[in-house]
Amino acid sequence: MNIVRGILMRRETGIALMILLLCLAVGLYKPQFLTMNQLRVIMLLVPLVMIVAMGQMLVLVARHVDLSVGSMLGLSAMLTGMMFRDLPQIPWGVGFIVAIGTGALLGLANGALVTIFKLPAIIVTLGTLNLYRGLTFIVSDARQVDRQFVPSAVKAMSQTSPIFGIPWIIFMALGVVLATYWFTLHTRVGRQIFALGSNPSAAALRGVKVNQITLLVFSISGALSGLAGIMYASRWGFVNPSNTGAGFEFQVIAAVVIGGVSINGGVGTVPGVMLGVLLLGCVAAALPLLGIPGTAQGAIYGAIILIALLIDRSVRQQGIASLKWMRA
Amino acid sequence: MLKKSLIALATGLALSTGAFAQDKIDIVFIGKNTGNPYFDSLTKGFVEACQKIACNFEFVAPATAEATSQIPFIEAQIQRGVDVIAISPNSPDALNQVFDSAREQGILVMTVNGDITGNESHRDLTILPTDFTKVGADQVEMVGSLIGYEGEIAILSATTEAPDQNFWIEGMKEALKDPKYSKMTLVATVYGDDQPEKSTTEMEALLSNYPDLKGVIAPTTVGVAAAAQVVQSRGIAEQVKVTGLGLPSEMRDFVKDGTVEAFQLWSPYNEGWLAAHFAVDLKAGKAKNEVGSTFEVPNLGTITINEGNSINTQSALTTFNAQNIDEFDF
Repeated sequence: MNIVRGILMRRETGIALMILLLCLAVGLYKPQFLTMNQLRVIMLLVPLVMIVAMGQMLVLVARHVDLSVGSMLGLSAMLTGMMFRDLPQIPWGVGFIVAIGTGALLGLANGALVTIFKLPAIIVTLGTLNLYRGLTFIVSDARQVDRQFVPSAVKAMSQTSPIFGIPWIIFMALGVVLATYWFTLHTRVGRQIFALGSNPSAAALRGVKVNQITLLVFSISGALSGLAGIMYASRWGFVNPSNTGAGFEFQVIAAVVIGGVSINGGVGTVPGVMLGVLLLGCVAAALPLLGIPGTAQGAIYGAIILIALLIDRSVRQQGIASLKWMRA
Repeated sequence: MLKKSLIALATGLALSTGAFAQDKIDIVFIGKNTGNPYFDSLTKGFVEACQKIACNFEFVAPATAEATSQIPFIEAQIQRGVDVIAISPNSPDALNQVFDSAREQGILVMTVNGDITGNESHRDLTILPTDFTKVGADQVEMVGSLIGYEGEIAILSATTEAPDQNFWIEGMKEALKDPKYSKMTLVATVYGDDQPEKSTTEMEALLSNYPDLKGVIAPTTVGVAAAAQVVQSRGIAEQVKVTGLGLPSEMRDFVKDGTVEAFQLWSPYNEGWLAAHFAVDLKAGKAKNEVGSTFEVPNLGTITINEGNSINTQSALTTFNAQNIDEFDF
């Protein structure tokens, strides 16, 4: 009974059920939704959001928010793309260092503004959302890095790998998910992030280094956005100053919140966030398949996020109620 | 002593630059949005023309291609007192008033690469890359020749409200009525919003929903590249032929590896080149902005002003394929 109770009480169960129901419902109407091809489409759609969502989860758990992820992704991708274009003699692997390093520095700057000046993260990152996007235009002279300049090896990472031909970027996303899972559950610093988010003043009194933890979560969010930046270049083959990463924060925060991370800090799990990202990926792939016109897709996407949150809430409440009934 | 000579030098400079500026006209080109590679090539046409003839050139553009985002840019150029505003309008009607006030100041207003259809009286003339009434038919012929004039085809467009896209799609539907294409069926028109992610999911959905699909026309540079990438990654270039309007710089890889056999476009460079030459000739009195009048443009020959004060830089679309794609550097 304890196992059943444990499963019913978990938020992840609700999201997993929703994914299952959604896939079955779409599959009934459009059987081609339940094919390997469609799985491939979804799996290639989610890795970037997945990676950035892991960083965003840590920021939200620490009771902050990072709205600048899309712009950090864009600026990191642009600097990396410009390096590929203007300095082709440099090995492409260096691109990863440049992208992740740029992202980490931009994230660190967010964290510094939040800790040193005691500014609310929502305002700081709203500012840097625009600042970093503007810098992307300035450094690139508002010019796109074209497909021919992105090394073939980088583009190939989104197409295949020696392991069953599953593209590398899927393994990278999986790697980041596993690393975050381990970090949040099995390291001292990881647990301190939760302590800080649950009760900042208590955490400080118990010796949690609040400023250092804050700097760390923003830097991780930035570094992962940077990694997603070079993956953008890999996946789409170009870097555009206005398109790359634009509006990305919306998808990421939606997925993280659907995944059960509380915007009030202290609460969130890696499996939940992973399922949240997958749910949004399934929706994004299902809408065009159902032939829903582009003009309506934005509205439907938004509505589904709200419905997912409401269903999740009532499922959990009913789960708790039925448990009380069973006990009685 | 030193001070005096400095003043003399400064006055001399001021005089000479003043005289210089009087000879040259100021042209500004307002693009749809910044970071759009299409406009790099168009701008290059202006820049290289103004290195040879009497004009100063500047390119500005808003961050996003929204209907009203160009208004502050036009107002700023009116304040600056430029001679010519060339613009790729983001809206067919939102700019009417600000165009009127520019023209009251004696500024020549020309739309480039897209017109304000239905509101032509608010601009002086338009320079279009080709005869837009033929684009739809040319694209249908292109896809027809690739699939042997038989089978299901689909259209992957940009946004649902884009005026040029809708005009071309109408042209395609009209052309498909020709008995020559009687064995071709248009099964769907979908919209990728000119975003790579959305264009990709729409293209994937087309392939899933229509397993017998033979050809896709994407008359938008973002869409055609995204469609080609999907076909490339699924390895189905033999079964599904992708074509449309694309930039050689973005399509080169796909043509070289055989994913795309051929696609079309015009020369954005020539639009800028022609616009600068016309503006300079008009201000110098060498050309007239009258329907039927002609003028000479180096490399392009004799240009005629058509009905509705409209100029086409080329009469038909250019087709790019493996044989010629390396000849184009945009």
